[in-house]
Amino acid sequence: MHQSAHTDNPRLVPALLSAYTTVNALGRGVDATYAALRTQCSGLRQCNLPFAKLDTYVGEVKGLDDVCLPPNLSHFDCRNNRLAYLGLQQNGFEQAVARARERHGPNRIAVILGTSTSGVLQTEDAYRLHDSVTGALPESFDFRYTHNFFSVADFVRHVLQLTGPSYVISTACSSSAKVFASAQRLLNQGLCDAAVVGGVDSLCATSLYGFSSLELVAREPCRPADTCRNGISIGEAAGFALLQRTESDTAGDGIVLLGAGESSDAYHMSSPHPEGIGAILAMRRALAHAGLEPHDIEYINLHGTASKINDAVEDRAVNSVFGDKTPCSSTKGWTGHTLGAAGITEAIIAAICIQRGLIPASLNTTQIDPTFTSRIVMNSSEQPVACVMSNSFGFGGNNCSLIFGMNR
Amino acid sequence: MLVYLDGVGLCAPGLTGWSASREILAGHEPYLKVPFIRPAPTILSPMDRRRCGNTVLLALQAGQEAIEHAEVDPHDVNTVFSSSDGDMEIIHDLCTTLAQPGCSVSPTRFHNSVHNAAVGYWGIATGSQQASTSLTCYDATFVAGLIESIVQVAEGCRPVLYVAYDWPPPPPLHAKRPLAAAFGVGMLLSPQCTDRSIAVLDIDILNTCTDDVGTMDNAQLEVLRRGNPSARALPLLAAVARRKSDIVILEHLDSGRAKIAVTTHS
Repeated sequence: MHQSAHTDNPRLVPALLSAYTTVNALGRGVDATYAALRTQCSGLRQCNLPFAKLDTYVGEVKGLDDVCLPPNLSHFDCRNNRLAYLGLQQNGFEQAVARARERHGPNRIAVILGTSTSGVLQTEDAYRLHDSVTGALPESFDFRYTHNFFSVADFVRHVLQLTGPSYVISTACSSSAKVFASAQRLLNQGLCDAAVVGGVDSLCATSLYGFSSLELVAREPCRPADTCRNGISIGEAAGFALLQRTESDTAGDGIVLLGAGESSDAYHMSSPHPEGIGAILAMRRALAHAGLEPHDIEYINLHGTASKINDAVEDRAVNSVFGDKTPCSSTKGWTGHTLGAAGITEAIIAAICIQRGLIPASLNTTQIDPTFTSRIVMNSSEQPVACVMSNSFGFGGNNCSLIFGMNR
Repeated sequence: MLVYLDGVGLCAPGLTGWSASREILAGHEPYLKVPFIRPAPTILSPMDRRRCGNTVLLALQAGQEAIEHAEVDPHDVNTVFSSSDGDMEIIHDLCTTLAQPGCSVSPTRFHNSVHNAAVGYWGIATGSQQASTSLTCYDATFVAGLIESIVQVAEGCRPVLYVAYDWPPPPPLHAKRPLAAAFGVGMLLSPQCTDRSIAVLDIDILNTCTDDVGTMDNAQLEVLRRGNPSARALPLLAAVARRKSDIVILEHLDSGRAKIAVTTHS
């Protein structure tokens, strides 16, 4: 608790999200997510996946079987890259990147993405279809372009024809929050003039059976912060944002990344630090990075997975940084926990809240856990929101808090 | 961008630690590829040492040596870990289990399957709550992690421990990702020159460059360099080991390169 929350970057230039998009269980594109948030309509449905016979609800993106990758990139074909491709096609994102490419040149735009399981579904299938005599995996199974964690960034840079610095960050459920911090540093240090950030994670047996083995999966749709919460609902999503320096003369009004805070729990691989030390550090570092005080934050989008322990620890951590006045909620009752795509999904929800003036309720929550001391929002409200924090905490005790606001 | 190299860790067949490998990499002693022994980093508790797989042990061994060589407190440094494929032995185990009726996955195996397992165990072992990350870029992973590391050094004005590691997958996955041997390297990168600095690295990240990528003179070390994404660090380590100023070119994606001017201090 005695570590300083000093800013790691005093020369911060906020980065503008000059285009952004999301595909998740609520539908394709930003408007589908906004509409569902306004109408309290969850995307969680009973699990009916061919590769997971589990009694649970999932946030599935419909129609992935019908997505066709460009013929020259067919070697990348897998559920995860289909989801990525669907994401790139929403909200004019490809076109916005094409304009940035014209302006800056393809080698001046970075591609930094997050995923937790990439295309592991292909390897799961390959193991089911292995040769029973030799043990060999099917000839058609392409590890590099599907399962390897870099596959999704490699695919996206080919679709968008970008040749700048590129890598995939894979820190479990904080992956696609951390991409913002990394891209902002690359922009700040002049290694690129723009960056495509985002994350893609798709449903697979590894995640579904894995979280079930940890007894973290709920049978009903997840209920963040509820007295009766009993686990997560797993979802899938793709999301992207095009980041540019606000000082560039093309940057207009819009949503900006004001700051990012990263920390480690240094405690346990799958349980959070009981005092929420890592979460507190991440939130304080994000505030210091942005040069803001706790009272400047008008809404906190919680990590809020609806697991018993995680929600309780996050509540304690939020209260110790913000007290009991700042409205906060988890939106995982809508999308499910999209794991490596949670950071980008909730970053875009934060952008929607600011752009459209919305504080979403904690969906599926009927009775707030009486031990909770932060201000969980039970009724959505349409009101101006200037500044939003989004929390993402992952296995391995990997934490990232982001702050978004409006560029003026 | 300038960074100071204050400590190195090395863990690979025939390269057991930086001090034992320095003369080999400099070309003054022969490289003998000996059978590789499972690393046993003492930084981990005995229980975690038993519980962790080879990949995590490899990474932590390289990281521990670099930290000790640099004589820094791990609580003061950020950590950047990179690995092309993470822990492929666990992926093999999980996919084998998932192909059987019942799909009864081990919870410990599952939480150890995340790409950031190694850096997570590093945090648990050291108690450091500084920022940590875990990244990948297939065969270009070493330079990708180097980019993240030097940018963090420049932005944060604090040292970064960079660890790159890859352990070959077991069959049948090995046929699809045929890594030649295990390789782990740790580098403690500092924003200022310290009395522990052994080299200054002036690193240019070039997104379009036609310069040839550096190779190893020793044929077996060149096999190692080509056979493991983390071993792409070898030409840089060899330049530091030779204790002479040199320019090293390492590959990033496509025609991307890291051009590193190495000036050694001792």
